[in-house]
Amino acid sequence: MWRDVLFWVCAVLAVATGVAVFRVDSMARATFALLASFIFAAGTVLLLDLPYLGVLVILMMIMEMVVMAVFMIMYMMNPAGLMPMTMVHNQKGSLAIAVGTFVLLASGVLLTPWPTSSAPRPEDPTMQLGEALMGSKMLVMIVLGLALFATMVCTVVLATHRGRYDRYGDRLERERPRDPIRGGLGR
Amino acid sequence: MSLPAFLLLASALFSVGLYGALSQQSIVMIMMGLELMVNAVIVGAAAFWFHTSPDRGDGQVIVLLAVTAMAIEMAVGFAVTTAIFRSRDVDMTDMATDLKG
Repeated sequence: MWRDVLFWVCAVLAVATGVAVFRVDSMARATFALLASFIFAAGTVLLLDLPYLGVLVILMMIMEMVVMAVFMIMYMMNPAGLMPMTMVHNQKGSLAIAVGTFVLLASGVLLTPWPTSSAPRPEDPTMQLGEALMGSKMLVMIVLGLALFATMVCTVVLATHRGRYDRYGDRLERERPRDPIRGGLGR
Repeated sequence: MSLPAFLLLASALFSVGLYGALSQQSIVMIMMGLELMVNAVIVGAAAFWFHTSPDRGDGQVIVLLAVTAMAIEMAVGFAVTTAIFRSRDVDMTDMATDLKG
């Protein structure tokens, strides 16, 4: 019973803060509204006996949103929300598509006879996840690791202003780096 | 706390994220919409694991996949934003229409 109440409280708050992300006046507030939405959604995951994944989502989102807030303030106008802010295009079309998608998904959810399972629940879901990742789902873990490594490389390449290939040439053949300003040790 | 209730929550989160991704002009706000959509996948996958196949770890692995996709999306998104902002001073999608067909 208390789980049901908790679920609906978390669900309503997750959606409400999710809507608030696109309604508030400041980017910083939007970021923290998104954080609240993630935490409430993770709360529902916690209710499903998935403590590891729920806590993982909460911790990851706190870090991610704090990093996002920094980027917001770096790039965006009006970070403090001192004046009204709307930066939207084709709002009516987007709203219609979003509402249509929700109606479609919700009718599918309510009309489909969902299967139920009488299979025994694992004693420790975290152990089950670990055994899956280290056993039958090892390939997923390997691909995720590779994808994260590729992400690190490409984010550094994209975000670097001038790397060593800009300075020393594509084959690193220049004796002296080509820099816009002379200077540095021995130059 | 039935499966349809969770899926309704996931549908609502997905739709809100879709609205944000379609309507916002700022690149960072679009990424927020995308993250809300991935969040819906997390809720849906966890609910499917709990209600339809708790004896197998597959649903949990999908949640882990979605969490990783979210991290990758944000890291690469910010790197692309940094690159395009540095080269052209662009922080709105309407100013970056090179690939418009």
